[in-house]
Amino acid sequence: MVIDSITNGIVIDHISSGMSMTLYRYLKLDQLTCSVAIIKNAPSSKNGKKDIIKIDEPIDIDFDVLGYLDPGVSVNTIENGKIVDKFKPQLPKRLVGVIRCKNPRCISQDEQELTHIFKLTDEEHRIYRCIYCESKAK
Amino acid sequence: MRSVIDILDLSTSEIEELIAVACDIIANPDKYAEKCKRKKLATLFFEPSTRTRLSFEAAMYELGGNVIGFSAANNSSAAKGESVSDTVRTVSCYADIIAMRHPKEGAPLVASMAADIPIINAGDGGHNHPTQTLADLLTIYREKGGFCNLTVGLCGDLKFGRTVHSLINALSRYSGIKFVLISPEELKLPDYVTNNVIIKNNIPYEVTTDLIGSMPKLDILYMTRVQRERFFNEQDYIRLKDSYILTPDKLTDAKKDLCIMHPLPRVNEISVAVDKDPRACYFKQVLNGKYMRMALILKLLGVE
Repeated sequence: MVIDSITNGIVIDHISSGMSMTLYRYLKLDQLTCSVAIIKNAPSSKNGKKDIIKIDEPIDIDFDVLGYLDPGVSVNTIENGKIVDKFKPQLPKRLVGVIRCKNPRCISQDEQELTHIFKLTDEEHRIYRCIYCESKAK
Repeated sequence: MRSVIDILDLSTSEIEELIAVACDIIANPDKYAEKCKRKKLATLFFEPSTRTRLSFEAAMYELGGNVIGFSAANNSSAAKGESVSDTVRTVSCYADIIAMRHPKEGAPLVASMAADIPIINAGDGGHNHPTQTLADLLTIYREKGGFCNLTVGLCGDLKFGRTVHSLINALSRYSGIKFVLISPEELKLPDYVTNNVIIKNNIPYEVTTDLIGSMPKLDILYMTRVQRERFFNEQDYIRLKDSYILTPDKLTDAKKDLCIMHPLPRVNEISVAVDKDPRACYFKQVLNGKYMRMALILKLLGVE
């Protein structure tokens, strides 16, 4: 299968196979008007299979959440057909509106329009806790 | 606007400053009798409380201030479905400072994000209860002269006991502290407190189910109530509520200067016979709580 390479835009590479739609939703790529290609199960020398997302326009998105959702991804910025920047998102210090607290005793279950916020409390073990009740993210 | 939601919102030097003010209040009550004249404390208690609410109210009255508020959610707009944020925004228009108790964990933090007056967490579910910890700290300070080099036994409900979690957080910042965690298996200290506070600060600790065997090594014994409202299952509550009852005979091997503490109310976890023991400090804690709340109100209102 052939997908055209992009001239100016973003390529999210090395997505774990099957995770591309999850990232698509979290990054709200459905709200973009430019072309977005989702390639599932592309061959990968490292993992056998991987997903790739190509966004055919330079966009300003906070990619930090990717460090939480799929730590192996790399984000490539393409200009004039060439990679001008490449980085691996780090674990974000805070997750704002990404995951929901499951603790039935937490105020976030009741309070109207309260944003669910988690903070990174243990980087080594990738543990996030709700800022309101300190429950561990599941 | 400065609020106190967690005991860790106060540095050790601020806690020492509050203790110094509290001791000055004890020595010179008249000096403080009009410090908060024309100021109003709102006590927003979304769940029942006797001690904490009355302590806050007594504290404000003794500072010459006034008190408004409610003592149950069904007496407030919460019964109509109003959010915590909207309630405190409204109350901010009437009062200078808010003391809030709420059954939901994190509610006072949400309140502090919405209000433009100081919020004091007066207990949020099984989570934090920083002013109880201030009462505990003043009691330990007055009984032991400081916080270093103490072996502290915490007994009973260490899982849901918010006062235990806050006290561990507070004492973990001092040197020479050792914890003995005494509880039934089902009510052990949550991993996040053990890992993120005790282990992270390299504090020696032991986990045991044996209250009597632990007694000789303790400088402080902090008893807690197994609370009915923290259980989803009534049968679990009935099975565990009598697990650890302190009686005079269990104190036979205890140190002569042991300090027996309890956040109260007790149900039956400390026998009434222990009240006569000079080592019983739990009613002193109640009084100390009022003094520390007075000191905290003064600090958060910026009253010299």
